[in-house]
Amino acid sequence: MQNFIDAYSQVNLAFLLRGLWVTVEVSVTSIFFSFLIGTLLGIARYVKVRFFSSLVGFLIDLLRNLPLLLILFFTYFALPKIGIRLGVIPASIVAMTVFESAMLAEIVRSGINAVPIGQMEAARSNGLSYAQAMIQIILPQAFKKMIPPIVSQFISLVKDTSLATIILLPELTYHAQIVYGQNANYAIPMFVALAVLYFIANYTLSIGARLINRRLNHA
Amino acid sequence: MFSIITDHWATLCAGLGYTLMASLIALVGSLVIGTAFALMEISHRKWVRLIGRAYVELIRNIPLLVITMAFFVIVPMFIVKVDGFTAGTIGLTIYTSAFIAETVRAGIESVAVGQMEGARSVGMSYTQAMVHIVFPQAIKIVIPPLGNQFINLVKNSSVLAFVAGFDLMYQAKIIANLTFDTFDTYLAVGVFYLVLTMPLSYLMRYLEKKWVTA
Repeated sequence: MQNFIDAYSQVNLAFLLRGLWVTVEVSVTSIFFSFLIGTLLGIARYVKVRFFSSLVGFLIDLLRNLPLLLILFFTYFALPKIGIRLGVIPASIVAMTVFESAMLAEIVRSGINAVPIGQMEAARSNGLSYAQAMIQIILPQAFKKMIPPIVSQFISLVKDTSLATIILLPELTYHAQIVYGQNANYAIPMFVALAVLYFIANYTLSIGARLINRRLNHA
Repeated sequence: MFSIITDHWATLCAGLGYTLMASLIALVGSLVIGTAFALMEISHRKWVRLIGRAYVELIRNIPLLVITMAFFVIVPMFIVKVDGFTAGTIGLTIYTSAFIAETVRAGIESVAVGQMEGARSVGMSYTQAMVHIVFPQAIKIVIPPLGNQFINLVKNSSVLAFVAGFDLMYQAKIIANLTFDTFDTYLAVGVFYLVLTMPLSYLMRYLEKKWVTA
C-alpha cells in the first residue's frame, strides 16, 4: 500500500499526465488526418475507376497487413536514408495516419457498399451529379452505419500510440516506464495507473460515440 | 533488399518461426479463454454476465503493450522469471481473448433463439443444445472473423520485439543494427510479414463472401 502512496506522488502524477497529454495530442491529430484520408481512399476504392481503384485497393491491403510497429520503424529509421527526416512526434503521427487511413478506408468502403444501390440510382435520376449524390445522399447514410466500427478503430489508434514508445515518443506508456525504471516498487502502481488512464480515455471515446449515435437516430 | 534477404536468411526465418509460434499458441489459448468468457457473457446469472462483460471491456481498452509489459515486469518480481517470448505470448493471449470473446458471443447470438428453444424442448440439456445445435451453426459465422483475429495476432506479435521475444521485428532490429541498412531491412521484413498475412486475409475475404451470402 505504501508503494502506491509513494508512487502516486504529485511529481509522478504530473509526469504521467504530461504523457497522457502527448498521447491525446498524437491520437487526435492522427484521428483527424486518417479520417480524412481514409474516407477519400474508401471512396476511391468504391468508385471503380479502372486500374486506379485496384491500385489503391492493393496498397490499402498491403498497409493493413503490416504491423504498425514496422511502419513506425520504417518512418522513423528508414525514411532518413532517402532524405526524409522527421522528428519523433511528426514521425509518430505520419506512421499512425498511414496505417489507420488504410484501416478506415476499408471500413468506409464497406459502409458505402451497405447503402442500398437504389439510393444512388434515385439520386441520380432526380438530377444530382455523381459527386452530389455521393456527398449528400450516400455518405451521410453510410457514416451513420459506420460509427461503431470507426470508433473501435479510433480506440485501437489510441491504444496503438503506446507502440511509439519504441521511438521514444514521450507519451503515457513511456513516461510510466521512466517512473518504474527509477524504482521497481512503483511497477504495479504504474501499470494500474496506465490501465485506468487508457481505460478512461477510450471509454470517453465510446460514450461520445454512443451519444452521437443516439443524436443521429433521433434526428 | 535482396542482399539483406539472402545474407540474413537464417535470422529472418528464425524470426518468422518465432512469430508464427507465438501467434499460434496465442490463438489456441485465446480461443479457449475467449470462448469461456463469451459463455459467461450470455449466462443466465447476472453476476457471471457482469464478470464476463467487465473482463472484455477492461482488456479491450488497454494497449497490448501495457498488458505485455505488465507480465514481463511484474510476474518476475513475485512468481517466476519469464523470458520475453513467454511474457509476450501470454500478453498476446490475454489481449486477443477479449476480442475473441466478442466474436464468439456475436456468433452464438446470431444463431436464432428458436434453435436453442427447439433443442431444449426436445429434451436436450443446456450444454447438449450448445454443443450439438448452437456451436456447429455459430462456427460458420465465426470462422472469417477468427481468421482476421489470427492476422491481427501475427501483426500484434511484433510487440514481442519490446520484450526481446526473438520474433521477426526483433530480428529486424538486430539486422538493422548490424548492417546500418535500415531501409532495405525493414522492407525485407515487411515482405516476410506480408507473405504470412496477405494470403490469409484474401482467404478470409473469400470465405466471408461465400458463407455470409450463402
